[in-house]
Amino acid sequence: MNFGFNDEQELLRNTARKFFENECGSDTVRRLMETPEGISPDLWKKIAEQGWLGLIYPESYDGMGLGLVDLVVLMEEMGRAVVPGPYFSSVLLGGLAVLEAGSEAQKKEWLPRISAGDKRVALAWMEPSAQLGPAGIALTAVEKGGRYTLSGTKLFVHDAHTADALVVAARTRPGAGADGVSLFLLPKGTKGLEIALLPTMDQTRKLCEVTCSDVAVGGDALLGAAGSGWAPLSRVLDRATVALCAEMCGGAQKVLDMTVEYAKIRQAFGRPIGSYQGVKHRAADMLVDVENSKSITYYAAWALDENSPEAPLAVSMAKAYVSDAFRRVSAAGIQLHGGIGFTWEHDLHLYFKRAKGSEFTFGDATHHRERVAQLVNL
Amino acid sequence: MDFTLTPEQESFRDEVRAWLGRNVQQDWVARLQRGSDIPRPEAYDLLRQWQRRMYEAGFVGLTWPKESGGRGLTFMEEMILQQEMALAKAPPVLNILAIGMAGPTIIAYGTDEQKKRYPPKMLSCEEIWCQGYSEPNAGSDLASLQTRAEKDGDHYVVNGQKVWTSLAHIADWMMLLARTDPSAPKHKGITYFLLDMKSPGVTVKPLKQLTGDAEFNEVYFDNVRIHESQILGGLHNGWAVGLTTLMYERLALGFGLQVRLRIALDSLVDLARATKKNGVPVTQDPVMRQKLAQMWIDTEVFKYTGARAITKLLKGELPGPEASAGKMMWVEGHQRLQELAMEIEGPFSQLTHGSEWAVADGLWQHTFLRSRANSIEGGTTEIQRNIIGERVLGLPKG
Repeated sequence: MNFGFNDEQELLRNTARKFFENECGSDTVRRLMETPEGISPDLWKKIAEQGWLGLIYPESYDGMGLGLVDLVVLMEEMGRAVVPGPYFSSVLLGGLAVLEAGSEAQKKEWLPRISAGDKRVALAWMEPSAQLGPAGIALTAVEKGGRYTLSGTKLFVHDAHTADALVVAARTRPGAGADGVSLFLLPKGTKGLEIALLPTMDQTRKLCEVTCSDVAVGGDALLGAAGSGWAPLSRVLDRATVALCAEMCGGAQKVLDMTVEYAKIRQAFGRPIGSYQGVKHRAADMLVDVENSKSITYYAAWALDENSPEAPLAVSMAKAYVSDAFRRVSAAGIQLHGGIGFTWEHDLHLYFKRAKGSEFTFGDATHHRERVAQLVNL
Repeated sequence: MDFTLTPEQESFRDEVRAWLGRNVQQDWVARLQRGSDIPRPEAYDLLRQWQRRMYEAGFVGLTWPKESGGRGLTFMEEMILQQEMALAKAPPVLNILAIGMAGPTIIAYGTDEQKKRYPPKMLSCEEIWCQGYSEPNAGSDLASLQTRAEKDGDHYVVNGQKVWTSLAHIADWMMLLARTDPSAPKHKGITYFLLDMKSPGVTVKPLKQLTGDAEFNEVYFDNVRIHESQILGGLHNGWAVGLTTLMYERLALGFGLQVRLRIALDSLVDLARATKKNGVPVTQDPVMRQKLAQMWIDTEVFKYTGARAITKLLKGELPGPEASAGKMMWVEGHQRLQELAMEIEGPFSQLTHGSEWAVADGLWQHTFLRSRANSIEGGTTEIQRNIIGERVLGLPKG
């Protein structure tokens, strides 16, 4: 057994940390989050040059062929720097959906371009009902003579407004089950496809409403066979969930680091505040939250890489734990900084808001605890 | 990153599993291990026999060197053993203070003679050990201890008192910290002795605790004579030696605690399945499902955080202050688990051993009450937070 990272992974961590410190410092994050796109072509190109846009894609699609455990390292560093932009939405949601569900031709068309940074694909799956299971997919795709007409609304779609194409989960058979869910790949500009950017608490993460008003497409727009979309979609979501947990771990670690540094230098009543047990003990609790978050996230990544039967359970345990932990840690960070932590100028709010957004992305702790209960047959 | 076992480790696991399958009698679980805490007094004889059997099968002291009676294996095998013991709901090892603390400290600091004399009988449970650290005025502030050992020829004469001494009433030996140089700064004048509990002048008084049991004791020393050959690790060097023991304590507990939490969780889930609330099993109640699932998650998280610590150990790093986080997590988790058991039982949680209406003959009531000690014994939660704050995070001392 070896529950640690290897030399290549440590190297990736060092490289990524330096890269984001140089290329995506707090000033850059703040500048980009104020823009509708949340990313600059320049930064995106530089990330692409590192090979990270294809990190987990097979080499046959110009990827690096690495696993989720490797991705975890990169995501932790991205979380540490609260990197804005469509990495998550394009590489891990849209791109992975193409990889999991697409035909060979579709994969060959899209994945090398995503890896190169030339194209981006978003994933539209959640709807205003905010239901997470297959029953939440209500947008209809009515078939007639081999053509499909899509109607309905998608919500909480990451970066749809800057994507070149959207993977849309739709229902080709009425009902609430998994067997009627199909995935469609719709290029930007498809007639009847409307995208509206939504104001979000976490400005570093862009969410959209996507409306399909009688969008008419041919059968070639299907990603995989009709009616077989839920299985690949849930594989994508499990992977993205672990990647998100890793990003949250990185953010939580950064909040802890900032807080400890501040507690060493900030004086009150003639002593550094970190010497008071009221502060020290809360910092200790933060450390426990951060370390535990990493442990369960790393395990979930490993379990997915190994196709372990326990992987879905591990994913839900991770998301349940990390959702609560990052919220607690980022709130404690603000509290221990005092007034300065409540200012716009201090970076803490970026992490606090990221924690809140991430908490409800792919299911919150309550949702995943119930999934754990089901998976362990409570 | 790799959680798979080598073929050798797999065959070790199979060996352990088969042996436990043949040797663990399930009624032991009901009799002394339904909860997860230190065994009740009536269980000592059973546990003594159990450790003896484990010892004869070669499953005690896996990581100890062969010349001390161990098997010279790694912490990986120790972890496999502990996990299999959890799965089999096996009783714990009784002489845990010897196996987890006194033994490794003697192996680290002992003379050749000491290393030959003590460890084998620890493993076989022929000699039980207790730990003479805490005093009425030296708990968290251990270095303030006042028990004195004054030189008299080639002996030391010990006077003073220890308290909260688990197992002292059945122990043959004590790890004793006593002040040998009252004029030195408080950390510098302490010596670590190996004390024969049958020495004249040693009085053990059971201390009745809030559970009603007397599982730990007060120990009084009235001109107790100890030969200087019983010093471990050198005169006035007791603080360093004692800290080594504490480091091993957290390590040993870390392995054991994970198992105990898992056993307790399994029992809790059984309890929840068997208990009805508003006509349906507690496991079907949405609020209780959330709490049970969180317990499950926290138990698993604890396991994987432990696995990361073991990875460091296997790479040759010594257990560091991070172990304090593990102790804290266990305490919080276990106390919450016990409170959850009371919540599941509802009004029946008020009934104890002796009532026909008591659930599981009041075992949960006992473990619930006992769990309050968890955040005090082995270093209070407040002290663990200080250790994490100062030695892991580098915050200034108060």
